[in-house]
Amino acid sequence: MGQLSLNQRAALLSLVMLVVGLLVWELSIPAQKAAEELTEYERLTGAGSAKAGVPPPSDVLAKAWEQLSNPFYDAGPNDKGIGIQIGYSIYRVLTGYALAAALAIPLGFLIGMSPVAYKALNPFIQVLRPISPLAWMPLALFIIGDSEASAIFVIFICSIWPMLINTAFGVAAVRQDWVNVARTHELGHLKTAFFVILPAAAPTIVTGMRISIGIAWLVIVAAEMLVGGTGIGYYVWNEWNNLDLTSVVFSILMIGVVGMMLDAAFGYLQRTVSYVE
Amino acid sequence: MSKPFLSIEELTQVYPDGKGGELTVFEKASFGVEKGEFVVILGHSGCGKSTIMNILAGLAEPTSGVVKMDGYEVSGPSLDRGVVFQNYSLLPWLSTLKNVTFGVAARHPEWSKAQVVEHSTKFLAMVGLEGDVIHRKPSQLSGGMRQRVSIARAFANHPQLLLLDEPFGALDALTRGTIQDELLKIWGGTEQTVFMITHDIDEAILLADRILLMTNGPFARVAESVEITIPRPRTRTTIVDHPNYYAIRNHLVHFLGERSKELAGQKGDEVNKPVPVRIDKTVSVSESEPETPRPLRAVNS
Repeated sequence: MGQLSLNQRAALLSLVMLVVGLLVWELSIPAQKAAEELTEYERLTGAGSAKAGVPPPSDVLAKAWEQLSNPFYDAGPNDKGIGIQIGYSIYRVLTGYALAAALAIPLGFLIGMSPVAYKALNPFIQVLRPISPLAWMPLALFIIGDSEASAIFVIFICSIWPMLINTAFGVAAVRQDWVNVARTHELGHLKTAFFVILPAAAPTIVTGMRISIGIAWLVIVAAEMLVGGTGIGYYVWNEWNNLDLTSVVFSILMIGVVGMMLDAAFGYLQRTVSYVE
Repeated sequence: MSKPFLSIEELTQVYPDGKGGELTVFEKASFGVEKGEFVVILGHSGCGKSTIMNILAGLAEPTSGVVKMDGYEVSGPSLDRGVVFQNYSLLPWLSTLKNVTFGVAARHPEWSKAQVVEHSTKFLAMVGLEGDVIHRKPSQLSGGMRQRVSIARAFANHPQLLLLDEPFGALDALTRGTIQDELLKIWGGTEQTVFMITHDIDEAILLADRILLMTNGPFARVAESVEITIPRPRTRTTIVDHPNYYAIRNHLVHFLGERSKELAGQKGDEVNKPVPVRIDKTVSVSESEPETPRPLRAVNS
């Protein structure tokens, strides 16, 4: 045991926790009696009909196997594969997110560079930022009139703030020495912005982007529960209406896995732009 | 008398003191620097040395007064005035080489990439940075190596005036000595005019043609201009044996220790010009002549 590295020991411990957790979960679910074991009285009182209950992990695993072996089937509006549902969600998140980034990063740059712009825009940011993105939904549905675009708008509005604030903060906090280096080398405003301020502020900006994508993924589930039609959020709600708790647990896990992958992608980006002073 | 290459004329810097009043750091300071000269300015903290440096670099504006270089008034930063900052100011996300090519490419936009890299590598080699080291990030270099990169970046641009803002202040004594030697070596091969700030008397004597002494602030004055009458090339071990070394050193120590305080805070309306001081024990009489022509140092000697 002493020869194992820190990572190996951690991985082993994770595995033990997973197995113990699953075992406890499995054993804590009372097994439903099969129909032939029921007494005449039980059958008459309807105790034999399948009860909705929290599914044991073995059922969830079976469900996962079934769903993941054919993720892209499409059997009508209420029966689509998990891959299609997640695909819709990712498409909405990335569209809203890209629109937000396209606005927030240049605007954040401006706010960070100009104290006047910062002071002028700060009250608006402070009022708009704490608004729950879902509160915009009725207004978005009324004005935009399209549920798909409204969901994208909600993602846009929720992912804009961390990027805007972090970009402004990162740009404002660029060390004066580096700006002076640019000035003594007669770099123009645009070159200074791209070759000095952007790389200097990049770690802070990407941190904001990482927070934003996390929030966007949290919000899309709720937004899709409201607008319906497609997407992983709609899928969860639909399976709840079907009382298929196995599918609900499975889709909850899938939301977690996709969120982790989105975060990991931005974690990688963060490492590539980071620097040590 | 014709105007010197760099002429600082009646420079005054006034800051608000935070209580509604004003704080005059220095008033009507005037001095000149000749082309190819190495001038060091010595003084206590708070006398406005760094402010003068920032004004020369074009990073700060004086309250009044002008700086003229080659007859033209200085306004804003320029590639003609290179700066080596105390904290190196390397861009940490670029490699050592890229930190130098960054400056060279800004100076010579018409050069090809290969030319820029070749020129930069040459100057890095001059300060002893060769091989794999130049592809490392500044964070992977020691403080001394970082300052070498900063010096290479400044020299590679051939600025008309090189400003050194306490370049060795953050280094330990041994590293400082090595880099001083390297600075002398790289400077010896150029016609570079240098203006440097330091706290270190020995460093000033080793490097300078002339030392400007500042009194304490507020109302600091550039009180004296002490000529270093020790022939070049100098090394740290040989200058201490020169008869003028301790005479000059004692003069500087006395100035910084006592007279910088005595002379401080004298508010005057007259233009503040340093008094030239020449200490030379190699001739029979120690003299103090304002207009003695100094032998210009031989380049490439």
